[in-house]
Amino acid sequence: MWNRIIALLIKEFLALIKDKKSRFVLIGPPIIQLLVFGYAATFDLNRIPIAVYNEDRSLASRDLAAAFTGAPAFEEVARIDHHEQIAPLIDNKKVLLVLHIGQHFSRNLLKREPAAVQVLIDGRDSNTALLALNYVQTIVAAFNLDWAQTHHLALPPAQLKIRAWFNPNLESQWFVVPGIVGLLTLVVTITVTALSIAREREQGTFDQLLVTPLTPVEILIGKALPGFVIGLIEASFIVVMAVAWFKVPLLGSLTALYLGIVLYLFAIIGIGLMISSLAVTQQQGLLGAFLFIVPAVILSGFATPIANMPPLVQDLTLINPMRYFMIIVRSVFLEGVPAKPLIP
Amino acid sequence: MNTNSSPASRRFGRQRLKGLIGKEFLQIRRDPSSLAIAFLMPVFLLLLFGYGVSLDARHIPVGLIVEKPTPEAASFTAAFEHSAYFEPMPFADMRAAEQALQLRTINAIIRLRGNFSRTLFSPRSAPIQVIVDGVDANTARLISGYIQGVWNQWLIHQAEARGRALDRPVVLEYRIWFNSAVRSRNFLVPGLIAVIMTLIGALLTAMVVAREWERGTMEALIATPVSVLEVLLGKLIPYYILGMGGMLLSIAMAVFLFKVPLVGSFWVLLVAGTLFLLVALGMGLVISIVAKNQFVAGQAAIIVTFLPAFILSGFIFDIDSMPPAIQAFTYLVAARYFVAILQTVFLAGNVWGVILPNLAVLLFMAVLFFALAARRAPRRLE
Repeated sequence: MWNRIIALLIKEFLALIKDKKSRFVLIGPPIIQLLVFGYAATFDLNRIPIAVYNEDRSLASRDLAAAFTGAPAFEEVARIDHHEQIAPLIDNKKVLLVLHIGQHFSRNLLKREPAAVQVLIDGRDSNTALLALNYVQTIVAAFNLDWAQTHHLALPPAQLKIRAWFNPNLESQWFVVPGIVGLLTLVVTITVTALSIAREREQGTFDQLLVTPLTPVEILIGKALPGFVIGLIEASFIVVMAVAWFKVPLLGSLTALYLGIVLYLFAIIGIGLMISSLAVTQQQGLLGAFLFIVPAVILSGFATPIANMPPLVQDLTLINPMRYFMIIVRSVFLEGVPAKPLIP
Repeated sequence: MNTNSSPASRRFGRQRLKGLIGKEFLQIRRDPSSLAIAFLMPVFLLLLFGYGVSLDARHIPVGLIVEKPTPEAASFTAAFEHSAYFEPMPFADMRAAEQALQLRTINAIIRLRGNFSRTLFSPRSAPIQVIVDGVDANTARLISGYIQGVWNQWLIHQAEARGRALDRPVVLEYRIWFNSAVRSRNFLVPGLIAVIMTLIGALLTAMVVAREWERGTMEALIATPVSVLEVLLGKLIPYYILGMGGMLLSIAMAVFLFKVPLVGSFWVLLVAGTLFLLVALGMGLVISIVAKNQFVAGQAAIIVTFLPAFILSGFIFDIDSMPPAIQAFTYLVAARYFVAILQTVFLAGNVWGVILPNLAVLLFMAVLFFALAARRAPRRLE
């Protein structure tokens, strides 16, 4: 029996690898996707274009403006002299944020009256707008504290001391890159398995397979193993890249990680084969794979938190294998969890 | 279009074109997966993204540790209880709270030490310890922002209650334009239309032409008197109609189901959609002509059109924050231009300074891909 399975396995691999373009499709994209995702899929703000409209040309207002333009999150791309200049800059997406310091800023500040500073933010991208607002609040709070200390004013009655655990500098890459292990393994494994039976059907070679001495179980195993091997190689490659290239700390145990990967592969290969057995043409196979992959990715917590979804959708995520794998891979990477608490 | 042919053969050509289009529609009817991509996919994706993707955190579970219950500490906890953003859970000590943070039952810990009330309003000021779960950096940042907001409001109330003004040197006033409620749905749903149209345009055409090659029917087509242009048009027109149908459906869902305000003009959307669809169809054609194999064409379409439209278009991730090399790369992604138009027309209105340059690039790309498709299109068998 094993001889027959191995023969089928060799045939499957040959079918995938003999064509130069198919071979490239299996190797090239994961590398490109890893790099693109790793660098582009970030919610951190870097060099966001801003403009400063400073009507009060005093030392204090220049200090505050410098705190904005000097922050790595912002980059000053325009200076504004008239009120009319503000709207076109934001409308045309030249700047995301305008800092407006009024004429009486330093006068009020020195008289110990509240000195108002206005910030206008482009809300078309709501997430970036909220994040930018957070940065602005932090900068203003730091300026206030600094001003209070140098001018011997009373400190605010209570202060927040915020620390982040597991990812002290709040680097999105640490969050996204481990997730890519789950994402790319899913995409490649599902497409390989989902198209495998559909291709045979479309080309009519499935009938030939049926008349060989292979039993249905052997055919299934032969169809499942290539996906398993490819998925395992790909997952290992990304884990190595995450640690060596993106410098994401791998705190937990490799055993726990691989136990997770193997179980995850079993789950998605099962789904891929199911899609494949339902599809008559490759187009249907690809469509089916797609219809599974997109919701699986969206509802896995890969990019946006599951807790933000409506309760009904949250219940839906419970049937998604990727959701569980995301928790495993992130816990192992960032929290250094040993194998024990991951069993559920 | 067929400028170099005589009037007689052009009329003939039109008939042939009709035949080809008829054939394509028949094929679409027979394999309903094409129709599914065009109509079910938009509905499915919009529902999924509209409801599934949200960056607005609500009811965040936070652990509160009050080491010594005092009126001030109680008012601080109440401030969190009244906030729509938080769902505070009391913990007896740090150990229990840390365990809950590790098990992800809470996202943050806020700890008021025993000397909180004593040091409050003292010159040294009272420290409030906050620990957030940093695994998801974006959420962690938003949560610390919300905590700051609650803290700020509480400070103002406390100062007022004690009849003294809060010494805040600089007071921040902010306004968020175009989306003052900061609903992430308003920003995601318009961008999603670009992703859906990429899918319909590129994935569908790529698979369709590759299928003709794989089944050998392309050779049969070449043997007939139809010209390259007629074959290309015969493929394009049916899928253009499907794609526009998908787009209208998406716009209708965005406006009526998700209540995204459409501030700008519908006709601008239609023009931009047409141009973008032509680009997507052109890309699909080029891919299928190069790939000639459904597996490769499908994979290539997902990788060179769908994923960039998803990640590099500004649909979800902000382009300005990407490293410069990747930013430069996004200029090659057609969806980038369409997403900018969609988000602007939906939320900000007809801002020609954004719309016209982006339309110009889309037009250029459409011409480029069709020229490429026409040049690479097979005239004879290899």
